[in-house]
Amino acid sequence: MTDIPSENAMISVRDLRVSFGSGAELVHAVDGVSFNVQPGETYGLVGESGCGKSTILRALCGLNPNWSGDVTIGGEAMTPVRTRSFYRRVQMVFQDPYGSLHPRHTVNTTLTEPLKIHGIGDADERITRVLVQVGLGPAFRYRYPHQLSGGQRQRLAIARALILEPQVLLLDEPTSALDVSVQAEILNLLVDLRERLGLTCILVSHDLAVVAHMCDRLGVMNAGKMLEELPVSALEDDSPSHPYTRQLLAASLGYDRRLASTAVEDIEG
Amino acid sequence: MSDNSSTLRGWLRAEVTTSPRHAALQRFYFGWLRLKGNPLALFGLSVLLFLIVVAILAPVIAPVGFNDQSLTRRLLPPSAEHWFGTDELGRDVFSRIVWGSRITLYISCLVAIIAAPVGLAVGTTAGYFGGWTDTVLMRVNDIFLSFPGLILALAFVAALGPGIENAVIAIALTAWPPIARLARAETLTVRSSDYIAAVRIQGASPARIILKHIVPMCIPSVVVRITLNMAGIILTAAGLGFLGLGAQPPLPEWGAMLSTGRQSMLQAWWLAAIPGLAILTTSLAFNLFGDGLRDVLDPRSE
Amino acid sequence: MNQTPQLLVEDLHVRFRTPQRMVHAVRGVSFSVGREKVGIVGESGSGKSQTGRAILKLTPPNGTVSAKRLQFQELDIAGASEREMLKVRGSRISMIMQDPKYALDPVMRVGAQIAEAIPESPRTSAAEKRDKVMAMLEAVHIRNPARVHDLYPHEVSGGMGQRIMIAMMLMADPDLLIADEPTSALDVTVRMQVLAILDDLVTRRGLGLIFISHDLNLVATFCDRVLIMYAGRIVEECAAADLQNAKHPYTRGLLASLPRIGSRHQKLAVLNRDPAWLND
Repeated sequence: MTDIPSENAMISVRDLRVSFGSGAELVHAVDGVSFNVQPGETYGLVGESGCGKSTILRALCGLNPNWSGDVTIGGEAMTPVRTRSFYRRVQMVFQDPYGSLHPRHTVNTTLTEPLKIHGIGDADERITRVLVQVGLGPAFRYRYPHQLSGGQRQRLAIARALILEPQVLLLDEPTSALDVSVQAEILNLLVDLRERLGLTCILVSHDLAVVAHMCDRLGVMNAGKMLEELPVSALEDDSPSHPYTRQLLAASLGYDRRLASTAVEDIEG
Repeated sequence: MSDNSSTLRGWLRAEVTTSPRHAALQRFYFGWLRLKGNPLALFGLSVLLFLIVVAILAPVIAPVGFNDQSLTRRLLPPSAEHWFGTDELGRDVFSRIVWGSRITLYISCLVAIIAAPVGLAVGTTAGYFGGWTDTVLMRVNDIFLSFPGLILALAFVAALGPGIENAVIAIALTAWPPIARLARAETLTVRSSDYIAAVRIQGASPARIILKHIVPMCIPSVVVRITLNMAGIILTAAGLGFLGLGAQPPLPEWGAMLSTGRQSMLQAWWLAAIPGLAILTTSLAFNLFGDGLRDVLDPRSE
Repeated sequence: MNQTPQLLVEDLHVRFRTPQRMVHAVRGVSFSVGREKVGIVGESGSGKSQTGRAILKLTPPNGTVSAKRLQFQELDIAGASEREMLKVRGSRISMIMQDPKYALDPVMRVGAQIAEAIPESPRTSAAEKRDKVMAMLEAVHIRNPARVHDLYPHEVSGGMGQRIMIAMMLMADPDLLIADEPTSALDVTVRMQVLAILDDLVTRRGLGLIFISHDLNLVATFCDRVLIMYAGRIVEECAAADLQNAKHPYTRGLLASLPRIGSRHQKLAVLNRDPAWLND
C-alpha cells in the first residue's frame, strides 16, 4: 500500500484500527489504515465526513486510547497511554478556532499553560517569541478569545501548538471554519512555519485544493479505509487511478453541468 | 476631576490590555455595564447592598440592643419612638430587625461558601471521570436530593442539636446537591470541547484540567444558581428558626421572630408582618439580582 | 432563458439594533432576478443572508428593512402586510436553508411534512395528496419514495434531507427559490448530486433561483450571474462565465487568494482590505 520504507519515517502507521460502540452499533471508524510520513514532509488525509481521517489524528495525538495496530513516532513505538514527553514532540491544531480556545483564559494564560505543565521557565521570552512567529504582536497578549477575529484565534491556536517546540504538527481542517479571505493568510503562515521549523505535518481536510497546496503526498479515505495513496503531482496531472479520487477531484473544480446529468441518474435512493 | 474619570474610563475601555489585572478589570467593568442596563437586577443589588450596610452598621443604626426588655412597654404599635413597635417582652422590633440582618447574612453567606465548593467539587469530578465515580457520586447526590430541604435540615439539626452553626451545616447539606447536578451537567458539555482536548494533549493532569479549565466554566451558573437559591436558604433558616431549631432565643433571627409573632398576630400584627416583610424583601432582592447576574455572567453571550 | 425580471430590489437597507450599537447589515443593495440562477457570494458579515431574508420579510424582529423598491412580479413586498406575505411565502417564493436537520420537524414523518406544503384545497383527498408527494419524491430522484415517505428526518442522510427540503419547496409550485447555503453542510460528492437536481428542476420548470453562498467557485460554476457582496454592499455584478475578468479589487483579491491544485509552490496572495471599499 505504501512505497516509503518505514525505518526512516518520522511517523509510521501500520494497520491502525479504531472502533466505536459495540454489538449492533459497532462502527469501524478506522479500518486497517497504514501509511508513513517522512521527516519534514506534509502528508495529507483527504475524505468526506465520517471517513475516519479526524479519528486517525485523534488516535495519533493521544486523545483516543482505544486503538490497535502499530504506531511509531520519531522512532518510538506508541502505547495507548502517552508519556508527558510525547506531548512535547507531537501537537495538534484544531478545526474550530471558536471552540479550541478557552473562553475564560487570556492569550497569555493559554500560552503559559503548556509551559507550566512541563515546568519550562523563561515563559515571558518564549511567549513573545511565539507571538511574533505567528504574526500576533504584543498588543494581543492580554486579550480574551472573544476579542479576537477568526484568523487571530487560529494564529493563537497555532502559537499554542508551537510553544512546546514539537517536531510533529497535526492539523485538523485548520482553515475550514475560517472565511475564505483569511484562509490564505493562515495557509501561508503554516507553510512558512513548517519550513522555518522543519516540522513534519499531517494535514486532514475535505478540501482537495487546500491539501494540494500544502502537501507532498496524500491518502484518500472512505468509510475507514485508505483507498489510495498518491503524490500531489498526480492530482496536478489529473492522473489518480481510483474512481473515488477522480470523483473528489472533479467535485473540487466546481459544478459541471455535463457531469450533472449522469450524476442525477446515479443517486442512491 | 472630570479628567481623572475620563482617563479611568478610557483605561477600562482600552483596545489593548496591558496586564492580567487590566484584562480582568476590563471584564468586570463591561459586566457591570451590562448589569446597569437591567433595572430590576440593579434594584435587587441595591437592596442587598443596603442590607449589608445595615448589618455592618447595626450598632450605630439600632437605637437599642436587641435584648433590651421593658415590660411596661410591651406590644406597642409602630410609632415615632418605636418605628416597628415593640414585642411581647417590650423589645424594640426595629432594633431586633437590624441586628437580625447580621444573622440572616451570616447564615446565608456561610451556607453559600460551604455548599458551592462542595457542589462544584462533586459535580465536576463526577462529570469529568464518568464511569463508577460518576455513578457513586450521583447516587449519593440523589439520596440528598430526594429529601425535601426543610425535612433534611430538620433531621440534621435534630441529630446535631439546635443552634446557628448546626443550622448552617444542616442547610448547607441540603444546598449542595443541586449545585453538584448543575456542575456535572456543565462539565459534561465542556468536557468534549476542543479547548479541553487541547490542554489534554499538552499533558495536563485531570486535577489541573478540572480546577483550571472546567471549574471556571461552571462558576457563572453556580453563582447564579446559589444566588437564586438564597431565597430558599433564607426561608429554610427562617423555617428552622420558626420551629425553634435555628438561632436560639434571645437572638433576633427573623424566622424565630415570625414564630413568636404568630401568637400575638391578631392584636399585634407588626410582630409577624415586619419580620415576614424583611424575609420577603431579602429573598426577592436575591432573586432579582441572581437573574440579572445570569445575563452578565453567561459565557455564551461572549 | 427568460430574462424579464420577476424580482426587483432597489436600495435595500437592513439595520439591526443591538444593545451596543446599530448594525447596518445591508447597505443599499440593488439587483434584479429573472428566470435564471443568480448567485450572491460573500463572507460572514457581508449581508448576503440578510438580503435573502429581507426579500421574504423574514428579518429578525430587532431588524428594520427599508427599500426604495422591493417588488416581486406584481406584488409590492416592501409595503405588504404580514397576511399578504403569508400567501407569498412557500407558494410563490420558497426558501431552502443550510441544514435540513434544523429545518425539518423531527417528530413528523417526511411524507407528512411534504404533504403539509401542498396548498390547501378542500377537493384534494388524502390519497391524492399522497400521490403528489410520491411524484415529488421521484422528481428529486429519490429511488425508493415509498420507503422514504415513512421515514423520520433523523433517519435520512444529509443529501437526502436536502432533497426532501427541495421537494417541500417545490410542492406549491413557486416562481422564485431562495437557497441560503443549501449545500454547505453536505459532502462534496453529495453536493454535486443535489445541485444537479436543483439545476434540472429550475431549468425544467423555468424558476428563478437566488443561490446564497460563501463558495465563490461553486457559485461561479453553477449560476448564470454572480453578485459579490462585501460589508453590506454589492461590489461586483457579472455573468458567471466572466468572473475571471472581475473588476473590483475585492473580487480579484478573493480569486487570487484561493488555493488551487497546482498552487503548491506559490505563496497565496493575501487579500488586502482597503477601507475605501466600505464607502463605495
